[in-house]
Amino acid sequence: MAAPGEPILEVRDLVKHFPLTQGIVFKRQVGAIKAVDGVSFDLHRGETLGIVGESGCGKSTLAKLLMALERPTSGTVKVDGKDITKAKGAELKRLRRDIQMVMQDPYTSLNPRMTVGDIVGEPFEIHPDVVPKSQRRKRVQELLEVVGLNPDHINRYPHQFSGGQRQRIGIARGLALQPKIIICDEPVSALDVSIQAQVINLLKRLQDEFKLSYIFIAHDLSVVRHISDRVAVMYLGKFVEMGTDAQIYERPSHPYTQALLSAVPVPNPEGREHRRRIILQGDPPSPANPPSGCRFRARCWKAQDICASQVPALEVRPGVDHPAACHFAEAHDVVGAGEAGPEVPAPAQ
Amino acid sequence: MSEPTAAPDLMDLAQQPRGDGLSAEKPRSLWRDSWDDLKRRKLFWFSLALLILFLLMAAFPQLFTQKNPDYAELAKSLEGPSAEAWFGYDLQGRDVYARTIYGARTSIVVGVLATLATVVLGGVAGIIAAYYSRWVDSIISRVGEIFLGVPYVLGAIIILGTIAPVQSNPSRAMIMTVVIITLALLGWPILMRIARSAIIQAKHQDYVVAARALGAGPMRIIVKHLLPNSLAPILVYATITIGSYIGAEATLSLLGIGLRSPVISWGIAIADHAQYIRSGAHALLFPAGFLSLCVLTFVMLGEAVRDALDPKLR
Amino acid sequence: MVEMLSEPLRSGSGANGTGALLEVENLHVEFHTRSGVAKAVNGVSYSVNAGETLAVLGESGSGKSVTAQTIMGILDMPPGRVTAGQIRFRGVDLLKLPEEERRKIRGEGISMIFQDALSALNPVFPVGWQIAEMYRVHRGTSRSEAKKKAIELMDRVRIPAAKDRVNDYPHQFSGGMRQRIMIAMAIALDPEILIADEPTTALDVTVQAQIMELLAELQRESNMGLILITHDLGVVADVADKIAVMYGGRIVEQASVYDLFRNPAHPYSKGLLESIPRVDLKGRELHAIKGTPPNLLQMPTGCAFHPRCPYRRDRCETEVPPLQPVGGTRKSACHYWREVLDGGTR
Repeated sequence: MAAPGEPILEVRDLVKHFPLTQGIVFKRQVGAIKAVDGVSFDLHRGETLGIVGESGCGKSTLAKLLMALERPTSGTVKVDGKDITKAKGAELKRLRRDIQMVMQDPYTSLNPRMTVGDIVGEPFEIHPDVVPKSQRRKRVQELLEVVGLNPDHINRYPHQFSGGQRQRIGIARGLALQPKIIICDEPVSALDVSIQAQVINLLKRLQDEFKLSYIFIAHDLSVVRHISDRVAVMYLGKFVEMGTDAQIYERPSHPYTQALLSAVPVPNPEGREHRRRIILQGDPPSPANPPSGCRFRARCWKAQDICASQVPALEVRPGVDHPAACHFAEAHDVVGAGEAGPEVPAPAQ
Repeated sequence: MSEPTAAPDLMDLAQQPRGDGLSAEKPRSLWRDSWDDLKRRKLFWFSLALLILFLLMAAFPQLFTQKNPDYAELAKSLEGPSAEAWFGYDLQGRDVYARTIYGARTSIVVGVLATLATVVLGGVAGIIAAYYSRWVDSIISRVGEIFLGVPYVLGAIIILGTIAPVQSNPSRAMIMTVVIITLALLGWPILMRIARSAIIQAKHQDYVVAARALGAGPMRIIVKHLLPNSLAPILVYATITIGSYIGAEATLSLLGIGLRSPVISWGIAIADHAQYIRSGAHALLFPAGFLSLCVLTFVMLGEAVRDALDPKLR
Repeated sequence: MVEMLSEPLRSGSGANGTGALLEVENLHVEFHTRSGVAKAVNGVSYSVNAGETLAVLGESGSGKSVTAQTIMGILDMPPGRVTAGQIRFRGVDLLKLPEEERRKIRGEGISMIFQDALSALNPVFPVGWQIAEMYRVHRGTSRSEAKKKAIELMDRVRIPAAKDRVNDYPHQFSGGMRQRIMIAMAIALDPEILIADEPTTALDVTVQAQIMELLAELQRESNMGLILITHDLGVVADVADKIAVMYGGRIVEQASVYDLFRNPAHPYSKGLLESIPRVDLKGRELHAIKGTPPNLLQMPTGCAFHPRCPYRRDRCETEVPPLQPVGGTRKSACHYWREVLDGGTR
């Protein structure tokens, strides 16, 4: 059992390629979607690692790999020292207790034909040795209370609850087996703004109470910042920058991170005419055909020849206090004073 | 941390406005909602009334007639409807009314059992194809397509001709079983497809992923998660199928390859009197009328059920 | 032929009001469902002028989308019903116009874009064809001429290689591109008002920035009025001139964007602003608004927000607070707005 501060999750060189095939009877592989292309990181006990990225960056695939819902093409995921990617059968089932998930959509993540009690109690039926049968109902009611729901509603059905409440049910289900790690895959994106804060507070409170470690995947940068200790920025299957939340938000050094942060609208109209925005051209390219070398070079204003020939490794660069995967990494405060922003050529028409 | 914001979140319990402005609302499953919806439809009650009538006919023919359907008085052959024989007499002098009432049992039993066999056969095939996908799916789907490609009547002729050739003298039960098997063999691919597509849709839902993440095995996922959420289209199709099988049985009888004497069924009555439409129309039309009404009952029931279940499918 | 909007419209219904380009006055919309009557819009009034951006801020159930759909006339009625109010465009009440006249205004006068471009575009027709349709139907333009205009429009909304892509189908474009196509269709006939219903909610942050930039540019070029419906406070702060905050089918606050963010005058607006994660609050609990949005079938008595309100008193449960002026052009629907403004302790 990892002591507080020790890594509870170790991911090394995780790769997932989905083959693209052609042909009806005999399928030939003609290429691959490189959804996750070499991700490595540690998660420490009690820590929250935030992962931000846009669509196509591979964060959902990464979540599935960490949950062993997909087999990686290569690489390892060690939960408390045990490699979950190689485990099978009963061993895999046992390992699943340690790493659970909260999903994005509260309207589809609960089986509409099961009562709330059944849904939250299902983990105990799948793993009968965790709680003896006679105590299961009580345990389910306790879980409902912990997430802020009325335990008397144990026999109600999901559609009788609001979106925020359904998300709480999903959280209760995730807590049932007392996991060490919870992967939160966009847990508040589908909720109303006034409810998001409630659920975020709940997640934080649960983390403190049960000593949980979170991987918090989201696209809302301010939410990620609030709840995370460290943040990783993902682009086309790779982490392009990683650091503490202060490092990432105050001193982003990878051009993509800078563009991402500058694109987030600030909920404060003061000084909005002076804000300099980095507007990226085009759309995120498809992971089926990533550019050679640095994947971001097609949209990057700093791109040089070296970017096409050499893949920049995620490492600490001169002048930057945290790892970034860019040959020309340079820290800038993008969100703060607009004047000090990076020199970006005007977007080409 | 004892900040005041902690307690107010638990005040959710008092609020909970969604769908239950009355906090005393009882648990309300989706099936319950569908049932409430069904109860409101006139079509449902109408078809249910007819269905009960037919079921009574099938189970307790004595309630409707005291006459013996097999008793034949050749002298009365093809006599028209009268006070003592409401539907008249058939070719062999048997009471058409009595034969029509007794015929209900056979037709409905064949329809229901054949549907059951189809649902089991097609359902299992569909579930396996959908759950395991890839080459298992390919094989099952191709086999289903082969069966689908066989023309209905031709297939029936071949199967029935082989299993129970006309010359031999099989028992009533045997004849009915053979017809039931034939109908199921010809009909299972469609139900397989319906089951397969419903399960494939359910398979991709988040709650199934959640179950897998908890460590649930295939049986649990299929039985607890996939099946209950795929039942609706299967249920609707099965209800309508009963009606169509009753009609199919009549078709087979008309062709002379389905049920035959000593079994009493509407199809046989129609088959026997098809050429007597000029001289003894009553012997043909009454059984045909009951047949049509019975088929219609099931179709109407199926439609009412579909409408009640439909919005819940979304 | 279709009359162009430079011609004066009939003023039979009485051209009154403040003379804004689009004025919604005291709109009431209900939905008759099996479980009862849902009052989706309960007396909403706002206005937009040319070149102005009005942000309508609200969550699900606030009535913001229903109001917009009623303005466009695309609401399903039944089960929806407008039970009171006027929608005046250039002084003419749209609700009193026959459907034919309304159809002409749709697209030429007032246009709308939606959240999900994929379901708003017809998947079986090429995008160029769909854009050109605006010209063919409304102006009777020839096919070839309309297609040329479609390509021009696609260029204008910055779809790269428009000429080559004019015959592509919606599914061949990315989300951001599809949104641009929808914008192209909406601005094809140079509408005076554009209603954007959560146009960027489903998009990535970088794409969102592109789309908002595009909308701002188009607005500058044509002096269009923009009604932006959203729940994203960041987007609102960036582009809005004035804001109408909606809750439970009513407007609870109206203010300029600077006034609202500096000092909200309604507990709901205040709660929303306070619940945004802020750097200096990191590690502490967010100020969450307790409770959940109201059930439209069973609205709370009095003020719709009272069950969740930290400022509430007895009066709030029985009296619906009117939308009253609180200084300048600001309005707030709260009995105790003074306390909220003063930042008084709850």
